[in-house]
Amino acid sequence: MFPAKFDFHAPASIDEVLSLLVEHGDDAKVLAGGHSLLPMMKMRFAAPQHLIDLNGIENLRGISQDGDTIVIGAMTTENQLIASDLLASHCPLVPEAARQIGDPQVRNRGTIGGDICHGDPANDQPAVTMAADATYVLQGPKGERSVHSSEFFLGSFYTAMEADEIMTSIRIPAANGSSGSAYVKLKRKTGDWATAASAVQLTLDGDTCTSIRIALTNVGPKAFRVAAAEEALSGKSIDEALINEAAEHAMAACEPTEDLRGDVEYKTHMAGEMTRRAIRQSLARAGGQ
Amino acid sequence: MATPAEELKDPVEGVGCSRKRKEDARFIQGRGNYVDDLKLPGTVFGTFVRSPIAHGKVVSVNKEAALALPGVLAVLTAEDLEPLSLHWMPTLAGDKQMVLADGKVCFQYQEVAFVIAEDRYVAADAIELVEVEYEELPVIIDGRHSMDDDAPVIREDLQGQDAGAHGERIHHNHVFRWDVGDAEATDKAFEGAPVSVSEDITYQRVHPCPMETCGCVSDFDKISGELTVYLTSQAPHVVRTVVSMLSGIAESKVHVIAPDIGGGFGNKVGVYPGYVCAIVGSIVLGRPVKWIETRVENLAATAFARDYHMRGELAADKDGRIQALRVNVIADHGAFDACADPSKFPAGLFAIVTGSYDIPTAFARVDGVYSNKAPGGVAYRCSFRVTEASYLIERMMDVLAQKLGLDPAEIRSRNFIKVEQFPYQSCLGWEYDSGDYHTAMDQALEAIDYQGLRKEQEEKRANGELMGIGVAFFTEIVGAGPTKNCDILGIGMVDSCEIRVHPTGSAIARLGTKSQGQGHETTYAQIIATELGIPSDDIQIEEGDTATAPYGLGTYGSRSTPVGGAAAARAARKVKDKARRIAAAMMEVSPADLVWETDRFVVKGLPDQSRTIKDIAMAAYQHLPEGLGQGLEAVEYYDPPNFTFPFGAYLCVVDIDRFTGEVSIRRFYALDDCGTRINPMIIEGQVHGGLTEALSIALGQELVYDEDGNILTASFMDYFLPTAVETPHWETDFTVTPSPHHPIGAKGVGESPNVGGVSAISNAVIDAFAHKGVTHLQMPHTAYAVWKKINELGMNK
Amino acid sequence: MAKKLISLTVNGQTHEVAVEPRELLIHTLREQLNLTGSHIGCETSHCGACTVDFNGESVKSCTLLAVQADGADILTVEGLANDGVLHPVQEGFTEKHGLQCGFCTPGMMIRVYRFLQENPSPTEEEIRAGISGNLCRCTGYQNIVSAVQYAADKMSAE
Repeated sequence: MFPAKFDFHAPASIDEVLSLLVEHGDDAKVLAGGHSLLPMMKMRFAAPQHLIDLNGIENLRGISQDGDTIVIGAMTTENQLIASDLLASHCPLVPEAARQIGDPQVRNRGTIGGDICHGDPANDQPAVTMAADATYVLQGPKGERSVHSSEFFLGSFYTAMEADEIMTSIRIPAANGSSGSAYVKLKRKTGDWATAASAVQLTLDGDTCTSIRIALTNVGPKAFRVAAAEEALSGKSIDEALINEAAEHAMAACEPTEDLRGDVEYKTHMAGEMTRRAIRQSLARAGGQ
Repeated sequence: MATPAEELKDPVEGVGCSRKRKEDARFIQGRGNYVDDLKLPGTVFGTFVRSPIAHGKVVSVNKEAALALPGVLAVLTAEDLEPLSLHWMPTLAGDKQMVLADGKVCFQYQEVAFVIAEDRYVAADAIELVEVEYEELPVIIDGRHSMDDDAPVIREDLQGQDAGAHGERIHHNHVFRWDVGDAEATDKAFEGAPVSVSEDITYQRVHPCPMETCGCVSDFDKISGELTVYLTSQAPHVVRTVVSMLSGIAESKVHVIAPDIGGGFGNKVGVYPGYVCAIVGSIVLGRPVKWIETRVENLAATAFARDYHMRGELAADKDGRIQALRVNVIADHGAFDACADPSKFPAGLFAIVTGSYDIPTAFARVDGVYSNKAPGGVAYRCSFRVTEASYLIERMMDVLAQKLGLDPAEIRSRNFIKVEQFPYQSCLGWEYDSGDYHTAMDQALEAIDYQGLRKEQEEKRANGELMGIGVAFFTEIVGAGPTKNCDILGIGMVDSCEIRVHPTGSAIARLGTKSQGQGHETTYAQIIATELGIPSDDIQIEEGDTATAPYGLGTYGSRSTPVGGAAAARAARKVKDKARRIAAAMMEVSPADLVWETDRFVVKGLPDQSRTIKDIAMAAYQHLPEGLGQGLEAVEYYDPPNFTFPFGAYLCVVDIDRFTGEVSIRRFYALDDCGTRINPMIIEGQVHGGLTEALSIALGQELVYDEDGNILTASFMDYFLPTAVETPHWETDFTVTPSPHHPIGAKGVGESPNVGGVSAISNAVIDAFAHKGVTHLQMPHTAYAVWKKINELGMNK
Repeated sequence: MAKKLISLTVNGQTHEVAVEPRELLIHTLREQLNLTGSHIGCETSHCGACTVDFNGESVKSCTLLAVQADGADILTVEGLANDGVLHPVQEGFTEKHGLQCGFCTPGMMIRVYRFLQENPSPTEEEIRAGISGNLCRCTGYQNIVSAVQYAADKMSAE
């Protein structure tokens, strides 16, 4: 219930953050929403000596449109994602996922960047932004760089982001009218992590699926896209048989770990079932139903 | 629920009124007085170093680094408590438990050392600096293996003792064997029976988990030698007596105060090491010591509930008429038997296991065992193991129904105790006070269109869908209890009420029970209001301060209304007797010439000749004829002649998603009979809350341990508490069958919904699979567990 | 690190307090400002008993450092009533028996207060989702839902 001692820093700019990270290295952690880090510190599972609060940096927040791209500041909260008209029209997958994360209070503090950054396979926004074809913008002492979501997650709690970098924004191609998406998350109760969840975004041209991305949450060491399912459905008219085939691919690609939510068999089947439901819902939405 | 019109009819807002609660005012304004809100000057903070392992020798404890931390005042270990004989303490169950690890630890999170520091943050730092070396020992987690030949010894302190508080011990991990009923007659009935069924049913280990964790503030006044302890206790007087016995301080100098309590549910009955250590600390340091546990500590180390492995057997004829019941139980008590049962009942009131049914012969055997888990067992709205017993019989009725191809409601109806059989002598020794089961069942079945639902179920089954209808008809036993066989640590389980009426007509009443949210400040006032004609708004109710409240055994096992409420009514009647005599003196008539009307005594035949209770109250403090004596007050210690037997018909409809296993409660209908209903609004609230706890247990709660004894569910990340989203709408209904032996016919209701709710929900889930030959599924019925069965049966293709 | 001096406005009153960086806001409120209405029910940010209104948002004060509240405008249960006149939310809770032990109640009411500003005429489903960050063991939530509906009706009539 009581964190260990630490020094607290409230920088006003990204540059300040970066120099603090360089100065303190492994002894420092950034504080975003705090609803993953602070509970860990209260239980003394984490005890950084320096906490660098990102909440005072205004240009890490906000949602804007840059041509065909939606740009979401990394410190945008889950509730801000839900309230955004821009996302509702151009990237509904993200707010749909946000609604299924945590609870109302948690969503006032939890951020999309925080949910993505530390590579926790149980978090939702990694798979969700992968399905939305996102690119993450990172900033470090050497400057800014972009990493595509499909290349960002390397393992459990292991990402392509260096220790002296922070994520500044998430860039997502605006979805068009013939697009449909869904995030279907099986959980034991409100606020729980996913037993299994599937994020799907597809585009239709008439009956034909011209593009599809399918990504899974919490059924492997990291969020991942089910390439085999995407290949099987791309360019086809998606019927129940193909939906089932996609589910089979999702199940084959899973490597869930057994825990109180379920054993490997259950989680694997649920990855398949969530994928079926997400594809069906995405199709319905793409068809304008 | 009383309508506004009915409420207007009652000028004193007494029994039967859904009046608003008097205690709400402070809670809705953030002015509750919970233990952690108390700020005595000079308070210091205590917290525990706890064992990371489930079983092991304590090789060494090094306090140096901790003591060197600025702000740390003391680090207590068993060594420090031994000279005071406080390193162990007696439990309520006739066993003893370590206050601090004495040579070994027996469960994960067991208390090893108590650090006291100037502030909580420093204390939290200090516990990390205490170095403890352990030597791990093999672990027993599953009670069914506690008595294996090669099971490790958990209780070295009991080595060589082949008898405990409850008789013979047959194994080093055996606590007691408790038998009830007629084994021979029962065995004979089974041998001859046309039909018999058997099922292994485990009621999993769970935790009551009130929103407020346990804690205390202990304050010892060196000058007066008086010890004051504020603590989260459902039974403050019992704690006072125990503290006096343990500390050697006279009970007259021990003041135990239970202030506002944020939920109890049986978690706050016993004495915890935290209380003992805080008390010792306050005496040694001469400063108030506050101990407030965290949620993890609460879930991992305080009174758990259930953990009963039961085998149930029913013998019946071909029409489903039960001929005999046989039950065998392994009761896992954890590392120390700290069960808060009446002392002669090591398995609580489990003998209610014949339930609502007229069973000619039965036998039950409960073997208590030790394991490397936290102590406790009786908690969580269980009425002393009634939840376990009721679950067993309600499951077995369904098992029997399935075997015979009978409807679950029908088989119950065929076996109900009939209304003309009351008071009913059960073959296991209870005298059920009153009941009309058939009426209640019929009312419930009609209210939900049971036949229509069964038809729908048939159609859904033909379609491969999973729909279940759960029937539960529980009879439970509450109101412990008659002193001839009910005591806690030798103190008879009475309860008490002291009423004093003031000159201007309002009154104060103090009782020995202790509310943790049940609304006593309102309901007791209502009882007294009806008796004395004083508006319930003008009757102040106090509980919890042992210096002023008469001795009581506290609130648990739904005993407040049956015992405390009876004491309140009887005390009020004593006051009324004196009021009658005063009124008679005032009007110069004989007391027998007076009749009572709502709030006044009226001379028979002379309606204009009357004195109100208000008039009488003033007169009570004025000049009175000799022999009467001033004052208008009375105290009553009520020794109940019997327990009370609330009952209910609960019906639950579930739909199960066959692709995920998720169980959705479509409808839940709860008909309760708790006898006379004091405040219908409060009763409904109790039922809503109890049903929600039942849902938690049936669909998700379990204290889970891995094979090394690590607890995996000691936080809200994994210990399932439903939010408002997971909780359905509850429909409530009632019948009224007063208790013939209770002064106002009331039986109590607090625990009924947990007793009946778990059975109804569990029966519903299993009923969804009954057509596939499934006779039982182990709780909790998580989506995962349910899906495993679906998958096994191929119902998800 | 030495204590930091922060300034926070709670229930309309501004306070200057010295806090260690690691001090949780809930502790500052309860121990330094003596506002013990908000409670602690867990350490994993689930139960919501510590919920306060923080710069216009419902936040769990156990998951916020006091130093993060420097300059903040906070409402706790003690600030709900106006000069002794109960807020409709408080009225609703007592009219509809939306509390029993009272421990979750302050956090619940402060959440409801903000929820009704976000959604003045909610459906039952929306209410249940709206309070899903607040756990209660006593009431089963049903009367809390009624209390919220009562408050919503009263506030829209005003």
